[in-house]
Amino acid sequence: MSIQSCVTIINEWDIVAARQLGRNVAKELGFGTVDQARITTAISELARNIYLYAGKGQICIDKLFDGGKPGVKISAIDSGPGISDIRQVMEDGYSTSGGLGAGLPGVKRLMDQFEIESIPGDGTKIKATKWLR
Amino acid sequence: MRIPILKLYNCLLVSIQWELDDQTALQFQEDLLQKIHETSVSGVVIDLTSIDFIDSFIAKVLGDVIDMSNLMGAKVVITGIQPAVAITLIELGIGLNNVLTAIDLEKGLEKLQQELGE
Ligand SMILES: Nc1ncnc2c1ncn2[C@@H]1O[C@H](COP(=O)(O)OP(=O)(O)O)[C@@H](O)[C@H]1O
Ligand SMILES: [Mg+2]
Repeated sequence: MSIQSCVTIINEWDIVAARQLGRNVAKELGFGTVDQARITTAISELARNIYLYAGKGQICIDKLFDGGKPGVKISAIDSGPGISDIRQVMEDGYSTSGGLGAGLPGVKRLMDQFEIESIPGDGTKIKATKWLR
Repeated sequence: MRIPILKLYNCLLVSIQWELDDQTALQFQEDLLQKIHETSVSGVVIDLTSIDFIDSFIAKVLGDVIDMSNLMGAKVVITGIQPAVAITLIELGIGLNNVLTAIDLEKGLEKLQQELGE
């Protein structure tokens, strides 16, 4: 079972909206303050990447119930330029925009599960899940 | 919304009270440097007690404004980082290693006075 809500990311304000949505869902499901911060931060990183590198996309937040155990799934989907070398973008410090290059490797560490799929010229799909302990 | 910057003796005091959006963060960077220039203070305390998350963008803006202030001759102390913020920053791989920190505003002001040798 899963209940989804989405935010379209076009400008900087949408990044704020996406992370507020995520924090509310995390709170509602009973996540503590540290996990709420992890989930909010992960959403902020993925939403900003859509804004910076794809121009436009969507952040969707799913409430998961896996055998009664709640979880939050973040999906970041865009039809931007895609990523040709996934290993490279997962390295700490790699950035093509003068950023810290901490976003993608950081999201992987902040969350329990992380999946990235990207086709150059077609777009990028990232899914990250956090389970309530 | 602009973040208020207060002058207290030879220091500037900033308490960030709400979630930072990108524009506010960048505006703050400019405002703080301008205020250091206008007031010729030698120290700044930035209190983050009310901040419940920091992503890599805000961390970069903060780190940059600290370096920029140092270039101008003002030392910066960051105070009040919450446990959740410390944990997520380290998990992001951002240690803010050369940054002066203190547990709260009061200790931050003390640290600054020590650093400034007064
Ligand atoms: N949605 C995306 N579409 C295309 N490229 C992306 C996307 N997300 C990330 N990237 C690429 O991966 C690099 C690393 O991203 P990240 O780890 O978030 O660090 P930063 O954003 O600081 O550069 C980016 O610089 C960019 O080149
Ligand atoms: Mg990024």
